[in-house]
Amino acid sequence: MLARTRTISYAKYGYLFSIPFVLTFLIFHLYPMIYTVVIGFTDLRGIGRTEINFLENPFENFRLIFNNATFRRAMNNTFLIWIMNFIPQMLVALLLTAWFTNRNLTVRGQGMFKVLFYMPNIITAATIAILFQSLFGYPKGPINDVFLTFGWIESPLNFHLQHWTARGVVAFIQFWMWYGHTMIILIAGVLGINPTLFEAAEIDGATATQIFFRITLPRLKTIVLYTLVTSMIGGMQMFDIPRMFLWGGPDNATLTATLFIYNQAFSGSYLYNRAAAASILLFLIIAVLSSILFFVMRDRGAEKLKRKQRQLKRSEKAARKGVVL
Amino acid sequence: MKEQSMTVSRNITKTVIYVLCIFLAVLSIFPFWVMFMNATRGTFEIQQHSVGLLPSTHLIDNMRILMGKTFDPLIGFKNSMLVSTGATFGAVYFSSLTGYALVAYSWKLRQPFFTFIMAVLMIPAQISGIGFYQFMYQINWVNSLWPLILPAVATPAMVFFMRQYLIATLSLDIVDSARIDGAGEFYTFNRIILPIMKPAMATQAIFTFVFHWNNLFIPLILLTDRSKYTMPIMVSLLRGDIYRTEYGSVYLGLSLTVLPLFIVYFMLSKYIIAGVALGALKE
Repeated sequence: MLARTRTISYAKYGYLFSIPFVLTFLIFHLYPMIYTVVIGFTDLRGIGRTEINFLENPFENFRLIFNNATFRRAMNNTFLIWIMNFIPQMLVALLLTAWFTNRNLTVRGQGMFKVLFYMPNIITAATIAILFQSLFGYPKGPINDVFLTFGWIESPLNFHLQHWTARGVVAFIQFWMWYGHTMIILIAGVLGINPTLFEAAEIDGATATQIFFRITLPRLKTIVLYTLVTSMIGGMQMFDIPRMFLWGGPDNATLTATLFIYNQAFSGSYLYNRAAAASILLFLIIAVLSSILFFVMRDRGAEKLKRKQRQLKRSEKAARKGVVL
Repeated sequence: MKEQSMTVSRNITKTVIYVLCIFLAVLSIFPFWVMFMNATRGTFEIQQHSVGLLPSTHLIDNMRILMGKTFDPLIGFKNSMLVSTGATFGAVYFSSLTGYALVAYSWKLRQPFFTFIMAVLMIPAQISGIGFYQFMYQINWVNSLWPLILPAVATPAMVFFMRQYLIATLSLDIVDSARIDGAGEFYTFNRIILPIMKPAMATQAIFTFVFHWNNLFIPLILLTDRSKYTMPIMVSLLRGDIYRTEYGSVYLGLSLTVLPLFIVYFMLSKYIIAGVALGALKE
């Protein structure tokens, strides 16, 4: 009797407390995901249809989407706009990080700058897109007014009508919304580096530039990779800004992959099966790109070290065996 | 001599830094400043000079035009508030509970379950949009706010965060002494563990709330009934033809949707910035 009370097992509470999460995940996350995959192989199209049949050629939707010029264009746009925003975003964030964490400079007002740089990130993207649509108005609009006043342009520019200016504005909005976020994450990363490393470098007479490139940057590698992958996953699903800014126009120049999926299913054509197939293709592309990034950016130094350690252990073992024998 | 030239070059560097930082700060403020000011300016004024740095007198007129059409900020506010509050509560409470289950108890499937959470952490949500829509259509939940709230109960990233937080702060002795005092496991979680987790819950609550407040994709595919519109969907009405020439009203409508976020942000900015930084360190 006594022994039984002493070994009360609390394990069941582990299961019990996880039930709400697991049930919700199965119903609202996993099931829709599997359902999307299934729809990708069927003839489900048209509003209000519930009866679906598998296609004779199960990969028909995938083939059609893969050969669809608009889908390819959307993938191209998505990638272009992401790159156009990510490179300047990372560079500016790194530059600001280098300045804000420089121990010899002590930049004042950092708290205020961080608050202001991060601010656009929490504002509704839909609102920001419409705001920028008005700001870049043609022929009269705040941006055109400012540019004319400073004499940077001679006549008003119609930003919404040309492919590259439209893409440029979308990329700029993404940059503007996210560089502050990236900067704060990088600064947190630098603050996590052992300060004795910097002290030692300073005693050895390293310059601020040397310290940044030789100590800070290599130590930030994991965090930079994390930012790169999360930004890529987010960027490949870019929807709010291009949708609200110009609905993917002009001439599909800002049509992104998710916007393409949305248009297939929800803007009049009800091609749920094609949209599902495009979703799965997009998912596969994201998965492949993430794996490539992880592979390219993997820590080669650490791997080498591990391999060496393993070798050492093996030879130790062999030596010990030799002794025993 | 060398000392002097070093101070000079340092001053130049510092000037460059401040100039760029102030430029970026202005870049953050300028669009919103123009928006707030133009919200008080008449359409004619805006057509003459699109940038007004000072407020004007047409706020009431703009308001009347804005409210006279389809855009209804009060309905948007109410629905967004319901969705964001509900989703935040569900996500924070149940993520804490699941995180606690992963830390406080040793059960057979604990490690596999955690590995599973790590695996689905980065799966993009919009990918399953089509299946989600069809599912909601079949159970007649299109134009309901429930599908925007309930899925938040399973937020893998937050479970991960809560688990890390508990590992770092919770001593299982507290749980043991509660057991000796005869407290039930669920009671212990609610009365003893939750208060310990308050700082982590507050940070996560802010970000979840903002995320659901700003969310566009799922509400856009589900909600067609105007009385169910959340704020971002309501905003999209400003893009339509009926407000084409009413510049002042459009700016006012945008301002109304941004204002609550601005108030929250400037009250909590310290915690928000700290929370973003914390997100980096959990890696």
